[in-house]
Amino acid sequence: MRNPLKPSPLQVAFTYAVLVIAAIVVLFPLYWVAVTSLKLPIDVFNGPFYLPFVDFKPSPHAWQYVFGVLGPDVKRAYLNTASVALASAAITLFLGAFAAYGLTRFEYRPRVGAIVAFIGCLVLGVVLSVLGTPVGVAVAVALALFFLVLQTLGRRFKRSLGNQDVAFWMISNRILPPVVVVIPIYLLFQQLGLLDTRTALIASYTAVNLPIAVWLMRDYFMGVPQDVEESAQIDGASRYRIFFSIVLPLAAPGLVATFLLVLVFAWNEYLVALFLSKANAQTMPLLVSAMSGTRGTEWWYMSVVILIMILPVVVMAIILERYIERGLIVGAVKG
Amino acid sequence: MRAPKDDSRQVPSERTGPGQSRPLQRLYGWLEHRAGLVFLLPAVVVILGFAIFPLLGSLYTSLIRIRFSGGQTELDFVGLANYRKLLLGSEQAHFLGRGGEALWVWVTLFFLALLLAWGLYRRYRQGRGGLAWSLLGGALVLAFAWLVLSRLVPGSLLGTLQTTLFYVFAGTALQYGLGLWLALLCAERLPGTRFFRVVFMLPLAITPVGIAYMFRMLTDTSKGPLQPLWAALGLEGFSWVNDPWGARFAVLIGDTWQWTPFAFIVLLAALQSIPQEQIEAAAVDGATRWQTFRYVIFPYLLPASATLVLIRMIEGFKIVDLPNILTNGGPGTATESITLHAYFAWRTLDVGTAAALGFTLLVLVSVFSTVYARALLPRARGEG
Repeated sequence: MRNPLKPSPLQVAFTYAVLVIAAIVVLFPLYWVAVTSLKLPIDVFNGPFYLPFVDFKPSPHAWQYVFGVLGPDVKRAYLNTASVALASAAITLFLGAFAAYGLTRFEYRPRVGAIVAFIGCLVLGVVLSVLGTPVGVAVAVALALFFLVLQTLGRRFKRSLGNQDVAFWMISNRILPPVVVVIPIYLLFQQLGLLDTRTALIASYTAVNLPIAVWLMRDYFMGVPQDVEESAQIDGASRYRIFFSIVLPLAAPGLVATFLLVLVFAWNEYLVALFLSKANAQTMPLLVSAMSGTRGTEWWYMSVVILIMILPVVVMAIILERYIERGLIVGAVKG
Repeated sequence: MRAPKDDSRQVPSERTGPGQSRPLQRLYGWLEHRAGLVFLLPAVVVILGFAIFPLLGSLYTSLIRIRFSGGQTELDFVGLANYRKLLLGSEQAHFLGRGGEALWVWVTLFFLALLLAWGLYRRYRQGRGGLAWSLLGGALVLAFAWLVLSRLVPGSLLGTLQTTLFYVFAGTALQYGLGLWLALLCAERLPGTRFFRVVFMLPLAITPVGIAYMFRMLTDTSKGPLQPLWAALGLEGFSWVNDPWGARFAVLIGDTWQWTPFAFIVLLAALQSIPQEQIEAAAVDGATRWQTFRYVIFPYLLPASATLVLIRMIEGFKIVDLPNILTNGGPGTATESITLHAYFAWRTLDVGTAAALGFTLLVLVSVFSTVYARALLPRARGEG
């Protein structure tokens, strides 16, 4: 009888063959970009050359050009990408961890009636502002009406939702295609005079990625033992002190995983940046796509820019593979 | 919930000593009393502000049209005219495509209708209600099937709707299949698989815009690195990006390159949580490899698979960077996804149409994921 845990040598060889081919499929495009960045235009146009020093003589001209002539543009876009991604990932992580802690340690009972009333007042506010009422007045009227309803009829709302429903509502926002929300967000930032600024991008990315952060951190906080927290509470530590000095350190791996995942999403984001920024807040993905538009496809320069764009995320993925993997698995399996 | 209740009667923190002023003390007390609210509210406000408000705003935007008159812009309320334009008017061919006539389309639809009628009849016999909803659902399924099938007849034209569906369904199927295969290979715990796991993770982190350019180089049949392969296949003069289906497959391949690792990672984790004894027991009982997979391994993978497929499909509906950069939506409109269609409309200042497209996409994704989550997810998780 065959031992299922000892595959035959033929099977092992087949497995390795498939894995090696798959690895080549993954790595070859990256290798090609790296090689192309060292080519002169003539090496690109005279048909495919594969090996530097063997097929063609590598030249640093593309690197010199990108860091020299294109230097200021690339530097600005790079700083934009880095600062927007880091800032939005940090804010997302902070807000997400806060909300996730709330969802795992407190009991919420949002009443159905109150939610309906809120949405009703919201619609009223939108209708009012469409009919010509100043936005501030419309918002004030809607809010006032909402609190009035809550104070007078609030006690009658019996049906309520639980923490699960709140968490599900948050994650269900991932269903929203960004293109639906990006037009009003554009108009909003236009009103605020924040178009084409990093602030607008940071705020948008935070909102887009927040549901994932809440979802992931919730899973981690559920796994953190609560007896330490309870004894700290008996000792009179405040909720916030417990959160910052006991819970967060215990959930550090989760924080790292969530931060990285959100950082990668923000680093690579394209559509929202395409709508909200032009030159000033241009991010790397936009710079790359704009380059071919204005200059034709100069593959050697493109390759350099693509390489420096993906380098940080690739290095991060290699070093912190375990963390990112965990984040992805939690997101998918508990989804 | 095993969490302790929001103990509202908790004593205010003792840290607020006599040195602090009374308002500050009261603030601390309030913060402690309302800690649950303070923790959750910021996230709720942010999500409300960037999801629910814009949603309403977008709904309104989809009902207006911008008019330029003498250097000024005016907003005209046009009701459902933008939607009518998409579904029946000048944008119809762009969005829904143009169908061809073929007998097999109608034959397939006829059998699909028979199938649905039979299901309806069984529901009716079992005494389950909701006849009107079932009829409506059946009619929708038929209309959708026609929208897809009639566009596959030679000489017909795919709209952005069908192109998006192609990316979503073909992409998810390919990524799931490949990911499962690689995960099964890596799960055998051979030496060195850790290296492959790290390698297979890489595409997930790479910027889609960069991937689009990589595949633009790879699909170049005369100067690209795969030129010898194309030459051997006699495809040297063939241009991937100038042929509608070639261009669509180029986008599909790029998307698959990026997202197969996601399926791989999730499925590998699910595979490694299967108790080894079960697999051994199956082997002892003389099960073939296929039987072991089908009856022992696959049931374990089903819950993770169901969620994985749902997530990939939801994300797939949003595809925009690859088609925009790899093919710029072309040739013609062959590779345009709905999101890209909306962006092009936006760029021509047709804001109403862009918003209407976005909203149509939202309805599509919502209906689709609700049906999936209601009908398939519980069964896959063994709850139904």
